[in-house]
Amino acid sequence: MTNKKPLSFQQIILKLHEYWGERGCSILQPYDLEMGAGTFHPATTLRALGPDPWNAAFAQPCRRPTDGRYGENPNRLQHYYQYQVVLKPSPPDIQQLYLDSLTAIGIDPMLHDIRFVEDDWESPTLGAWGLGWEVWCDGMEVTQFTYFQQMGGFDCKPVAGELTYGLERLAMYIQGVDSVYDLDYNGNGVSYGDIFLENEKQMSEWNFEVADTYTLFEAFKMATKECEQCLEKKLPLPAYEQAIKASHVFNLLQARGVISVQERASYMGQVRDLAKGSCEAYMAKNGWTA
Amino acid sequence: MADFLLELLSEEIPARMQAKARADLERLFVAQMDEAGLKASGITVYSTPRRLALIAKDLPAQTEAVSEESKGPPEAAPDQAVDGFCRKNGVTRDQLEVRDVKGRPTYFAVINKPGQDTKEVLAAAIPAMIKAFPWPKSMRWGDQSQSTESLRWVRPLSGIVAILGDDLVACEIDGVTSGCETVGHRFHHDGMITIGNAGDYAEKLRACHVLVDHEERQNIVRDGAAKAALDAGLELVADEGLVIENAGLTEWPVPLLGSFDPAFLDVPEEVIQLTARVNQKYFVVHDKSGNLAPNFICTANIDAFDGGKAIVAGNEKVLTARLADAKFFWELDQKTPLEDHAKKLSNIVFHEKLGTVADKVERVAKLAEWLVSLEGNGFYQSSPGDTLHGEVSEAARLCKADLVTEMVGEFPDLQGLMGGYYAEKQGKSQAVANAIRDHYKPVGQGDEVPTDPVTVAVSLADKLDTIAAFFYEDMPPTGSKDPFALRRAALGVIALIQESNLRLPLTHALTLAIAYLGRILGADAAQKVNEYLSAMEAIGLDVSQEDFDKAKEAALRPYISDEGKADLVHKRMRPAVSAILDFFADRLKVQQREAGVRHDLIDAVFSLGGEDDLVRLLARVKALQAFVETGDGENLLAGYKRASNILKKEGNETGEVTYAPEPAETALINALNTAEPKASEAIEAEDFEGAMAALALLRAPIDAFFDTVTVNDDDPAKRAARLGLLARIRDAIHKVADFSKIEG
Repeated sequence: MTNKKPLSFQQIILKLHEYWGERGCSILQPYDLEMGAGTFHPATTLRALGPDPWNAAFAQPCRRPTDGRYGENPNRLQHYYQYQVVLKPSPPDIQQLYLDSLTAIGIDPMLHDIRFVEDDWESPTLGAWGLGWEVWCDGMEVTQFTYFQQMGGFDCKPVAGELTYGLERLAMYIQGVDSVYDLDYNGNGVSYGDIFLENEKQMSEWNFEVADTYTLFEAFKMATKECEQCLEKKLPLPAYEQAIKASHVFNLLQARGVISVQERASYMGQVRDLAKGSCEAYMAKNGWTA
Repeated sequence: MADFLLELLSEEIPARMQAKARADLERLFVAQMDEAGLKASGITVYSTPRRLALIAKDLPAQTEAVSEESKGPPEAAPDQAVDGFCRKNGVTRDQLEVRDVKGRPTYFAVINKPGQDTKEVLAAAIPAMIKAFPWPKSMRWGDQSQSTESLRWVRPLSGIVAILGDDLVACEIDGVTSGCETVGHRFHHDGMITIGNAGDYAEKLRACHVLVDHEERQNIVRDGAAKAALDAGLELVADEGLVIENAGLTEWPVPLLGSFDPAFLDVPEEVIQLTARVNQKYFVVHDKSGNLAPNFICTANIDAFDGGKAIVAGNEKVLTARLADAKFFWELDQKTPLEDHAKKLSNIVFHEKLGTVADKVERVAKLAEWLVSLEGNGFYQSSPGDTLHGEVSEAARLCKADLVTEMVGEFPDLQGLMGGYYAEKQGKSQAVANAIRDHYKPVGQGDEVPTDPVTVAVSLADKLDTIAAFFYEDMPPTGSKDPFALRRAALGVIALIQESNLRLPLTHALTLAIAYLGRILGADAAQKVNEYLSAMEAIGLDVSQEDFDKAKEAALRPYISDEGKADLVHKRMRPAVSAILDFFADRLKVQQREAGVRHDLIDAVFSLGGEDDLVRLLARVKALQAFVETGDGENLLAGYKRASNILKKEGNETGEVTYAPEPAETALINALNTAEPKASEAIEAEDFEGAMAALALLRAPIDAFFDTVTVNDDDPAKRAARLGLLARIRDAIHKVADFSKIEG
């Protein structure tokens, strides 16, 4: 690592594609909807259900409106990338596979302190939970590692292993830079800041100050209604897309500070009902029982 | 005799679960061995993040042979009965023995169980232990998780090493089979290690960079961190919880010293320490003068080939980012005055029936203001408009403001502390800042008990409001359930009152606290209206505005007038206050037990009723305890018991002395005439020792009376007069305490 030039941001993604592609994963492209985490991607949520084997890897842009810092914080972004790997059923050597992927992107486990630290995962909005770890590299959380136990309220049969790499963090680590905006994006003079800094500024302003809350409340209602309609028509995939939309609109409303503590639980409950309803419909459509 | 080794290899076991897992492993093993009649001469258990291990010394090679017999039917019984008995015992008819039982020939089945190989016992015991293992949370994994019945473990179970003597104990559970091979350190050792026996297990692992003994790793973390600090001229801030956690996260711990930018030291020490400890599991260090140094100690799990330079650099970067966040919060929070933060408390629900935190703050402020202006409290001298009153009022209204700050949002443990810092930075008086910081105290036994007057007022008001509110809404603690930590709050109230000798009539304070809750009744009214509306809707009735107004008025009638409101509060207030006083009596007993105060004496004083001043109550209890442990006290108690037993038996007759009293009788009457007013005066003056001394005067006359006078005289007049005298004794003593509650 010290001898060679470290990988650029895009090379890290390409390396991970190559690594997981060689190990039998379908390499997907990002889902074309705003979502808070790669776990929302139907390739994770819905494919975690049912008995069929499934191995996929993809980079997914994640939107966390409340994490926006107007481009002023070197570590926090309202839009960033996760690299997701879903392996179902979880293979017996999944930890070693994961560790080898770190070596592949330039992290030497004899030089760096890599640790599996307890971190159980729960997503109330997806009716899902799992056990696993956050993986630390020299004290920094670089990956969330989860064995899904339930999704949409259904037991996972079989259990899928999910790896979620925080790409910016890993890249900052590998490249040894202190600000995300200083990341070498393409190995040819373009930085992460060149591409995303202005986006962070404008989107933070919009998320926190400008986004029209009436429109957002309406959008939430519309997504809810549309989801319900799809569920009636037994169309789980479009229904689930509406659940994703509702979830993101809810996150925007939170960033606008217009949802009180009391209302928060109720909104989360609505999103959960949509997501769980979609999972139920997906199970039913495939003829799977709980 | 042979030693047995069991290792359960797993993906990383959470550090916090390891201590209990070791104890569970030993317990389950001993239970299995007990059942088979096997006993080891010693058992040792170990844990690392990746394994649980148990070594049992000197297990016998076989279990003992046993012979069991069971009595069957008489020989003459029908065939069916005999066949049934054979089936039950797994024997054939010709194996039965016939013995004489009280003259009747009777069948017996004798089952000889030969000794079983310990290896076989273990082979069955291991899967049973694994299945029964009580992890706080467990999971399924892999191919076998197609079924929800598949094996559950804390994280995937990856291997079993089971060796008795030098032999493998072959067993299998859900696809995991036992063997003699295990793995070494995740990064320091490739491939498998073959274990020969229990004796070479730890050393073979050590050679592969695994220290299986958790205590050895804890020592390395503890001593290594102290040494790393010392080598840099610094001093480790000891933290045994961190020692155990880091030892539970590593198989080969290597403590390393790192540093951070001293500019972060602007941020309060507690914040830095919490960030380092909670988020990163680092130790912090002090410089020679005891101030926080810009350094930390992390514990790596490898001997890196560069001596840990890259690891330290990485950890420094992470801590820097964390501290930058903390500094950002610290500076951002200060841009808003606490008064403005406090406004946001109206968005936080304290409890659905008890309004928002802003509502609570207002109640606390009123109660705190009342506390400091309470006359004759022996602690406060304050009236509206003076400094103390102003400070209490301000501190109470700001005490919860930090709950909505970024810093407390990130680190809830810092509540109070941050408010105190922000108040100081905002230029509030030290008394106000202290009160904001310390008003949660005391938290549990042994915590510091505030004595600063402003803090005491806010802290008491906060706790009394919480207790009053939840009792008023009929949510007291029950059994082991105390979700609102009311017991802790009550202990806090008791400690605060005692520490400052505050004379507080609790009944009055609680009545006021409940009265301040009255405002919340508006919510009840709204609920009534909602109930009405949904009831109308449920039966399909349209509700016109006129109907609604009428219904509203009816539903609100008990609420709309102040009088109605007062009635309702009154109805619920009395039972609540009385329940709270009983609750305080119980808490006081628990708290005083540690101070060596007898609970029966607390009862003896409490049961007199009307005593709600804890300082006075305890003074009385203490004087009573000192007294009942003297000779006078013991004898007086004996005399009292004798008198009250007689009264119980003979009833409460009374009569004038119309006869020539005996000398001892006269003496007792005189003694009572002297002692009664003395005791009353002393109690009035809160001189409880004096009251006891007055009672002590009765001791000799009572003894003499019982020695020489017959109460149950044949003359009914004498009998009645003497019983009356006994009643006077009892009543005189009851002025001080209810002696019938005293044990012994």
